[in-house]
Amino acid sequence: MSDATARRGFRPYHLLAAIPAVCLLGGIPFANRAEPYVLGLPFLLFWIVAWVVATSAVMGVIWLLDRRGDHDGTRR
Amino acid sequence: MSIALVILVAVFVVAIGLALLARRGHDMSLEQWSVGGRGFGSIFVFLLMAGEIYTTFTFLGGSGWAYGKGAPAFYILCYGAIAYSLSYFLLPVIWRYAQPRRLVSQADFFIAKYDSRPLGVLVALVGVASLVPYLTLQLKGLGIIVSEASYGSISPTVAGWVGTITLVAYVVVSGVRGSAWTAALKDVMILAIVVVIGVYLPMHFYGGYGPMFRAIEHAKPDFLTLPRAGMSPTWFISTVLLTACGFYMWPQYFSSVYTARAEDVFRKNAVMLPLYQLVILFVFFAGFAALLVVPGLTGSDADLSLLRMSKHAFGPASVGIIGGAGLLTALVPGSVILIAAATIIAQNVYRAVVPAASDRSVANVARALVPVIALLSLTMALRGGQAIVVLLLMGYNLVTQLFPALLLSLPERPLVSSTAAFAGILAGELTVAWATITGASIATLAPSAPQFLKDLNVGIVALAMNVVVLAAVALVTRRPATVASVQDAISVS
Repeated sequence: MSDATARRGFRPYHLLAAIPAVCLLGGIPFANRAEPYVLGLPFLLFWIVAWVVATSAVMGVIWLLDRRGDHDGTRR
Repeated sequence: MSIALVILVAVFVVAIGLALLARRGHDMSLEQWSVGGRGFGSIFVFLLMAGEIYTTFTFLGGSGWAYGKGAPAFYILCYGAIAYSLSYFLLPVIWRYAQPRRLVSQADFFIAKYDSRPLGVLVALVGVASLVPYLTLQLKGLGIIVSEASYGSISPTVAGWVGTITLVAYVVVSGVRGSAWTAALKDVMILAIVVVIGVYLPMHFYGGYGPMFRAIEHAKPDFLTLPRAGMSPTWFISTVLLTACGFYMWPQYFSSVYTARAEDVFRKNAVMLPLYQLVILFVFFAGFAALLVVPGLTGSDADLSLLRMSKHAFGPASVGIIGGAGLLTALVPGSVILIAAATIIAQNVYRAVVPAASDRSVANVARALVPVIALLSLTMALRGGQAIVVLLLMGYNLVTQLFPALLLSLPERPLVSSTAAFAGILAGELTVAWATITGASIATLAPSAPQFLKDLNVGIVALAMNVVVLAAVALVTRRPATVASVQDAISVS
């Protein structure tokens, strides 16, 4: 568990994880419309799909940053 | 016997075969049976956790809600993404604590953290109470699939019995290892099928997604947006928040955390799972496609839409394959749920009552409970006329009440006393029970409240009650000094 101490702590960039969730849900009242269609999807559905994809991307960035931080430290 | 039914039986035989293969070389102690000996790598944990994505709930319930309700069904796509990003931070902490202490069930975690056995019993009971509607919906789905694939020659009631017996046999034979193996087969099958029908049906019947949605909008204006009242944006947001918080509170997902070999497994999964669940989109497409092609399914019959549509569009052999995949979406999560519920009662209720019980007898009690829990859920499935999504939301209202107490327990020392955690959970559950039984909501309690308040999911109201009571009790009780004494006693050797 030598790597655990390095990864355990909070890092400011972890807050990035909140962005997709806040935008997805916060935007619902404004995105609640069928027009314009994007990629064949009604706008509300497109809005949701876009933020789900963004969630994956943002979590990927956080994971990469965490790994890099660990390499600087004592990981494996 | 229709060709569809023959294929269905073949799929089941393969699943049982996989389960038997999976248990080879492992003696079935409780730890093996319920958490796979804690030796699962990324892929198995991924499959167990992705189980939520491809259950009967999404397969039949997701398409059924898209067919019956329209835009409110989109909530199903949202809560997973939020829960997964939460899991990146939450699950490694849980795993790190549980691993050296060899915890088996979710209640074990609360007992160890709060050093309180009564709290463990309460958490166990909450877990089982939430799992019953969840299992009910899987059995309901099994019944629908078998009965539809038989082209009406088997009634849903008989199909429900057949499905339940099948499930019990499967669980007793396999344990969680079988579930992980079958999950691999299930995910490949369902992925292929859902994408094929989600692409083919809109193309074939409407000439594309755009034309399909326009046709729906033309026939049913406002179907593709959330209504102003009822399932409004407020309902949507509160439901997504509630279900995202509750996601990992399900005892079976909580204990699937224990199956992991290393904590990085969860971080990788948190990156991949949001994308993986986009497949739900294709389930929606199938439900929407059915809307104008096989109209007239109302209420909980909307859950039939995907299979009715398949029968309309394809031959019996294809219906058999689709039904076979559907069978697995009920079998795998159903087995995981049954294992979790039986383990919880044996480990945290039976053992609490009979402290001298040996590990062997606890394991036997767990297996003996499997048919009992299955029968209870079958009774509910045969009786109720509730749509699949409604059953899941009921379970979520109950299980999410564990979230505040879990969150507050995560620091090295819990931030509140076990009494406060107990009182908060109890207050939340009582509110849910009261609202479910009386049908109360903010709209009935305060008819003059603004519309956005009235539409709040009642589970969120219960959660608020939970937090208020928890905070009030926390102020007057001391938090636990150290966590040690109970821990050694609950570990399974």
